[in-house]
Amino acid sequence: MGVLPFFAYTTIFLLIPTLVVAIGAFLGADNTFTTSNVRALSQPAIVSSLEHSVILSAVTSVVGAVVGGLLAYAVTTAREGGTLRRLVTSLCGVLAQFGGVTLAFAFIATVGLQGFLTLRLQSIGIDLGNSTWLFEWNKGLMLVYTYFQIPLMLIVFLPAVEGLRPQWREAAETLGGSAWDYWRRVGGPILAPSFIGATLLLFTNAFSAYATAAALVSQGSPILPLNIAGTFSSEVILGQENIGKAMALAMVAVVAVVMTLYALLERRTSKWLGR
Amino acid sequence: MKTFARPAGVALVAALAAVGIAACSPPAKSSSSSASGDKAASATSAQALGGMDALVAAAKKEGTLNVIALPPDWANYGEIIKAFTAKYGIKVDSAQPDASSADEITAAKNLSGQSKAPDVFDLSAAVASANTAMFAPYKVTTFGQVPDKLKDANGTWVNDYGGYMSIGYDAGKVPAPASVTDLLKPAYKGKVALNGDPTKAGAAFSGVVMAALGNGGSADDISKGVDFFKQLKNAGNFLPVDPTPATIESGQTPVVIDWDYLNVAQGAKLKGKLDWKTVVPANAVVGGYYVQAINKDAPHPAAARLWQEFLYSDQGQNLWLKGGARPVREDAMTKAGTIDAAAHSALPPTQGTPVFLTPEQETKAKNYLAANWANAVG
Repeated sequence: MGVLPFFAYTTIFLLIPTLVVAIGAFLGADNTFTTSNVRALSQPAIVSSLEHSVILSAVTSVVGAVVGGLLAYAVTTAREGGTLRRLVTSLCGVLAQFGGVTLAFAFIATVGLQGFLTLRLQSIGIDLGNSTWLFEWNKGLMLVYTYFQIPLMLIVFLPAVEGLRPQWREAAETLGGSAWDYWRRVGGPILAPSFIGATLLLFTNAFSAYATAAALVSQGSPILPLNIAGTFSSEVILGQENIGKAMALAMVAVVAVVMTLYALLERRTSKWLGR
Repeated sequence: MKTFARPAGVALVAALAAVGIAACSPPAKSSSSSASGDKAASATSAQALGGMDALVAAAKKEGTLNVIALPPDWANYGEIIKAFTAKYGIKVDSAQPDASSADEITAAKNLSGQSKAPDVFDLSAAVASANTAMFAPYKVTTFGQVPDKLKDANGTWVNDYGGYMSIGYDAGKVPAPASVTDLLKPAYKGKVALNGDPTKAGAAFSGVVMAALGNGGSADDISKGVDFFKQLKNAGNFLPVDPTPATIESGQTPVVIDWDYLNVAQGAKLKGKLDWKTVVPANAVVGGYYVQAINKDAPHPAAARLWQEFLYSDQGQNLWLKGGARPVREDAMTKAGTIDAAAHSALPPTQGTPVFLTPEQETKAKNYLAANWANAVG
């Protein structure tokens, strides 16, 4: 009985939308079965937006994971309970959730065409003014995504780094191991599963992000979530809602692959921990 | 703004809500149950009801008109609604002023049979042509003065007001563009914005058609328009920012390709702050009209018909003109001398024959855009 609210929740917010997407992807305009929506996924515009989405998510998750991971390690070297550590973790807690339209606006207001920094730099002779890089998926969008990926990495990865006991390092040193030996044989293997797991989490986080991109990029729908939005709201090309659902199904498939990798990783880790 | 694309989330929520609403709508309550209402609901002209006086009487008896998606600052609708109420004493119930054309149709379907359902529609051409089965044919008294191309022969739908694609620009920042190709010059680096994505928004779509005409293309072949935006992007001139009144006022979008009535209205609003001018490029004049139609299931059928009569009267047409939009009877009224000359002369001048896309040309252009736009600007 106690899990009933949970089941109700998953049914309404997960199961039904997934079914709507999965069924809609195979329905034509006259509500009969068709594979034309799924075949439409091979259109060059859709293929390239999927490619862009994957590249954007992969690059920002790897950059976010590396930078965020190093930051997490740096934070653990600070005194536990110290001001610096408390400051950095709470700051990252806020920044990791600072996304969407607000974040996009913050960037527009800072480095946009009439942004604060842009104008300041202009006044001292450095011109960012006429460039439109902020509104392109492979420049501006990547920067903005990385901006929220790094603090998220710090938050999810910090507990794992904190789990490293100083005694292990001391033991390695006592036995004559160098710092490199310690990271290669002790620290690295212990952290690797949670590092890869966190990277996969960042990947899905970027892959599904919509509002930030929608606020920044208004031309060409370079990434899949924007492309899906276009099929539902277009006033020009009508009746392609089900192609949108087919695109959503493709996203579900990509996330399913990521989740499978995560599950395999988890199984390996628990086996390793159980030994 | 009415033509703006909406996030998919909203659409999805709306779709889910629609399922819910349809499943548990309250019992139908309609004022058309009376005999006179039934007569009005099938009337295809004022004569069929016994003349204008009978129509006015029937409409007054209904007392209310439901309209939807009419922003007060769009084509002067605020004043039009006020004038209608002042003239006939009929209350106008304006729902969701910022809704899109597609939302209007959704609302009519969801509220079908209820007293809150919209009586009349003001739609973009694409949405209208896909939903003609929902409209009641009606010919206003001035039907004959509407050009044949701009109406359905039976009066199922009639174009109401429109405009030409134009280039709005901040005269304090950039030189005046004389043609579309001028925008490729270095003076416009990082400054040219298009109102929306042409695969989603009607205004942007017509902007690409304008660019095609301005570069030697035609309504049958818009590839030159897409090429133009590709060149514009390569030159670093194309600004992929969605222009809004805020981006214009803050100077982020100094050049905006949009309907002339929206650019003109923008200039009037910004008077004193910045010098916003509007130019319709010579020999690249693309016209577009909105569509007026009566809901087949209108809860106030007589008021809906009276509203049409009002909109297509000299008074209604001049009110649209005052908002910068070109009323559909523009030519007839100019000849008859009943047009508001001051408002008419405030419109940007045009050179060359305006081009209106036929449905076939439109379909062809859309397919081309769907396949090529993202690659051109991505």
